[in-house]
Amino acid sequence: MSAQTMQQPARNDVSTDTPLLTVDRLTKLYGNQLGCADVSFDLYPGEVMGIVGESGSGKTTLLNCLAGRLSPEEGSVVYTDRTGEEVDVHAVSEPRRRMLMRTDWAFVHQNPRDGLRMGVSAGGNVGERLMAAGARHYGKIRSAALDWMEKTEIDLTRIDDRPSTFSGGMQQRLQIARNLVTGPRLVFMDEPTGGLDVSVQARLLDLLRGLVAEMGLSAIIVTHDLAVARLLSHRLMVMRRGKVVERGLTDQVLDDPQHDYTQLLVSSVLQP
Amino acid sequence: MQEEQNYNFAYLDEQTKRMIRRALLKALAVPGYQVPFAGREMPMPYGWGTGGIQVTAAILEPEDTLKVIDQGADDTTNAVSIRKFFQKVAGVETTEKTEEASIIQTRHRIPERDLEEGQIMVYQVPIPEPLRFLEPRETETRKMHALEEYGLMHVKLYEDIARHGHIATTYAYPVKVADRYIMDPSPIPKFDNPKLDNSPALQLFGAGREKRIYALPPYTPVKSLDFEDHPFETQTWDEPCALCGATDSYLDEVIMDDKGTRMFVCSDTDYCTTRREAGHVGPDAQAVGEAAE
Repeated sequence: MSAQTMQQPARNDVSTDTPLLTVDRLTKLYGNQLGCADVSFDLYPGEVMGIVGESGSGKTTLLNCLAGRLSPEEGSVVYTDRTGEEVDVHAVSEPRRRMLMRTDWAFVHQNPRDGLRMGVSAGGNVGERLMAAGARHYGKIRSAALDWMEKTEIDLTRIDDRPSTFSGGMQQRLQIARNLVTGPRLVFMDEPTGGLDVSVQARLLDLLRGLVAEMGLSAIIVTHDLAVARLLSHRLMVMRRGKVVERGLTDQVLDDPQHDYTQLLVSSVLQP
Repeated sequence: MQEEQNYNFAYLDEQTKRMIRRALLKALAVPGYQVPFAGREMPMPYGWGTGGIQVTAAILEPEDTLKVIDQGADDTTNAVSIRKFFQKVAGVETTEKTEEASIIQTRHRIPERDLEEGQIMVYQVPIPEPLRFLEPRETETRKMHALEEYGLMHVKLYEDIARHGHIATTYAYPVKVADRYIMDPSPIPKFDNPKLDNSPALQLFGAGREKRIYALPPYTPVKSLDFEDHPFETQTWDEPCALCGATDSYLDEVIMDDKGTRMFVCSDTDYCTTRREAGHVGPDAQAVGEAAE
């Protein structure tokens, strides 16, 4: 398993009619506390799904369950891999799940410190996933790292600097570079723009939107920022108290909210 | 009465030795895998080779001949105190000659002389986990070993090249054992790494503080990690040993005065002595003789 070489198969080798991710009645409890309840949806290749809601509504719990980082009490998450095989994320063996996590999937944390190795240089951070996938040629790893730093607009002279010397926005972009370098098919993002100032947010969003479109990525983005959801996602789910209260196309949900809570959420955004 | 006043042979009680031998057998069955064992308190501090001593004590027999080296030398503090310890508690014969020893306990070196079948090397290991400084969580490193997720080890080598232009790790250089486990060969210089590979001797590693034992059965393939475009290399020196003229051994740098004079001598004292007795003379042998007088 250690020596699998990262080949980049043609994207969309699986028909776009088959969902990439099928979520069925997912429920996660923390003791008596409800994490999220009875969530079902399908995610199709190339689609970006936004999950919005207030703090404590279960967004991040749901994302962690989807990404196999938490195990739910009930329900299932089925992922269709590059060969068309269906993988039950929570029933499959741990080696297989970890393998998915470092090849087919990517996870962008809200705090870049959770997703980066702070003691390792920027180049090493980007190269780690390549080396985990079997790359053993220093020159090639380094040029891939440079390539991705360029794509994420990080100054190339900083390649040997540690991320602890980077600004928050650069750290977040580095985390994205590190995640996308192996060409994943599905990206989970937990508040990717949280904690960044507005102008940096705008650039990061621009970058993400470009990359998602260019690479044909599918993504699930958790955010409490409706502007982020509007910019990035095709479809939207609104969560409250662990339940999905409304779902639909992003523009439809935001322009014509039906549920009381969604109406409150949309109307509470300040209009400059 | 006499019985009660003596130590049990080789200090440890028989049950403890039995426990350590079981760990050793498991370690031999899975080369490179770190087997936990119930390490005992020894009458010296952690860091002085308590792991190696427990392994030696568990395998020692009255007819064994023991050699103890520290940085290649037989006459340094650590080597002397451990040799004395076993002379006292086991009464076994000791030697400084590599070829005469049946068990060689070592800190930081492998003897220059080729080891033979039947000989046993016992290494003192401070930190058995090669991934430790990259991944501090023990639960995680165990999982990485179990699932053969070793990409992280190359991140360390990558960092070396990025910072220094070459792989700057010179000791405790990580190796892959029998194409499966990544292993820390204890802090031996990477000069000695090729000697681990396919060695006819049995090699045992004991970490006293961390309570881990691992092993290499004779003739186990051991490969030092590297990159395709930055292959593994050992250290080299521009000059031969000042005393015996050897060009194939690991040299220590010795500062001679406060004016920057230095000389390079074999770190393996037995190897150097044997060569000098056989008539080999290095460029500075005379100067050293005068300085000593």
